[in-house]
Amino acid sequence: MPILNKPIIFDKNNFGNGFEKGLNGRPMDIVLEIRESGLKGRGGAGFPTGTKWMLAATAVSEKKYVICNADEGEPGTFKDRMLLTEFTEELLQGMILCGYAIGAKEGYIYLRGEYEYMLSHINGTIQKFHEEGKLGKNILGKNFDFEITVRLGAGAYVCGEESALIESLEGHRGEPRNRPPYPVNTGFMGYPTVVNNVETLVTVPIIINKGAEWFRNIGTEKSRGTKLLSVSGDVEKPGIYEVPFGTKIIDMLDMVGAKDTKAVQIGGASGICIPKEELHRNLSFEDVPTGGSIIVFNKSRDMLKILKNFMEFFTEESCGQCTPCRIGNKKLLDGVNMIEQGKCSVKYLKELIELGRTMQVASKCGLGQSSPNPFISIMTHFGDEILAEHY
Amino acid sequence: MLASEVSALNEEIKELVNTLGNGRQALMPILQHIQRKHGYISAHAQQEVARLLKIHPVEVDGVVSFYAFFRKGKRAKYNIRLCQTISCELMNKEGIARALERELGIKFGEVTKDEKFSLEFINCLGMCDQGPAMLINNEVYTNLTPRKVVEILNSLK
Repeated sequence: MPILNKPIIFDKNNFGNGFEKGLNGRPMDIVLEIRESGLKGRGGAGFPTGTKWMLAATAVSEKKYVICNADEGEPGTFKDRMLLTEFTEELLQGMILCGYAIGAKEGYIYLRGEYEYMLSHINGTIQKFHEEGKLGKNILGKNFDFEITVRLGAGAYVCGEESALIESLEGHRGEPRNRPPYPVNTGFMGYPTVVNNVETLVTVPIIINKGAEWFRNIGTEKSRGTKLLSVSGDVEKPGIYEVPFGTKIIDMLDMVGAKDTKAVQIGGASGICIPKEELHRNLSFEDVPTGGSIIVFNKSRDMLKILKNFMEFFTEESCGQCTPCRIGNKKLLDGVNMIEQGKCSVKYLKELIELGRTMQVASKCGLGQSSPNPFISIMTHFGDEILAEHY
Repeated sequence: MLASEVSALNEEIKELVNTLGNGRQALMPILQHIQRKHGYISAHAQQEVARLLKIHPVEVDGVVSFYAFFRKGKRAKYNIRLCQTISCELMNKEGIARALERELGIKFGEVTKDEKFSLEFINCLGMCDQGPAMLINNEVYTNLTPRKVVEILNSLK
């Protein structure tokens, strides 16, 4: 299933010989080019990729690792599904370039268990790379060795958090670690590790081929390049789209055929709910950031039911390690049920919103820090409507 | 378990450890192999893995119980897992759930008497643009309708 609109950077022609060009230069040239491009992580958090690579490249260590985070689990996100099947070679190229740039010899793809059906395709491509001399010993005749192994997840949303992912790779429960230290210092097996999203890594050979300058000219000042969007919900043409950063939400809705839109959930269950009145805002790290999940709700939708679905999701997926997340999500879900039964006072609702804000600062990892987002944004924008319907 | 089954399982786990390694990081791949082949990871299998990896059996149990895809008990021949997350819910997951329950005569969380089918919910499968979606064992089914679901079940019966 391809990109439904005309691709901007994710066009096969843009890859050229970026892979060979990168490996023919010095490792530091790759790091500098990526840093110059302004590329930020596409998983959602938006950490500058060049900075991450620079930290790993300058670390002194006998071993280093590259990990591709293919644990795409955010509700409403499926763009990595397309990249993993249609841009498999380009993904491997991105990982190999990263390994060369930071001085790693081993890479792992952490593939979510739900995508197990892709395993033979990805392993087949790795095999092909070995036969072509692009993986293994002395890649392209150079003094550089690199191996890639695919490892499967087993149905835990929290493993998309990079330190939980590393715990899982090491054979433990997927419970996030305290950060710092960050994986670039103390990552897989205690060694410096770069963890990047699939989309970030596929972008790397494009930047090396077309140059940082070309990439910087797309998007906005603080959000260079484009974003792949996974669009679902009340739209005529659900699927994957590519838009430059800075695109207005309303223009994006127009493109996907959304009618009578009431609200849009941007960034998945852990993202925020944007009401009709704010659709002129734009998709970028400085305004409305997203890992790519866009879920559209039309005017027939009951916002409380949507919120309940989100809170049930988080209650199940919280790893249970820290109290704000384990208890907080349960309390918010109980609150939704109370509202549904007309038993929640406005005073208690305000307390729940306060609880949500506490979770945002007190939770250990991104899951608990972001899970109150839909509760707070839906209650802020649709609280009156919801309370009027349930009394 | 019969004594012959026990020794076959022990042999199989020994073989897995030989190929995948006896370090802690081999634990997940080993468990995934056992889960895939048998549909569950028995208490005996957990003990044996722990013994060969030189870790406490509770460590193995901790991992098995953490991940949704690992299970400790026997599973039906066809394990049906319907996506319950938002995009599939918007596309009438509820109607599919009712159709499955009606057709199989069981509720979600239950197994049919002949141990052929079990019904469960699962969180986001990444098929949000083609919902409602479900997994039967590892096979993905998308764009479901109540009628289509019944046809799929009939093809398995």
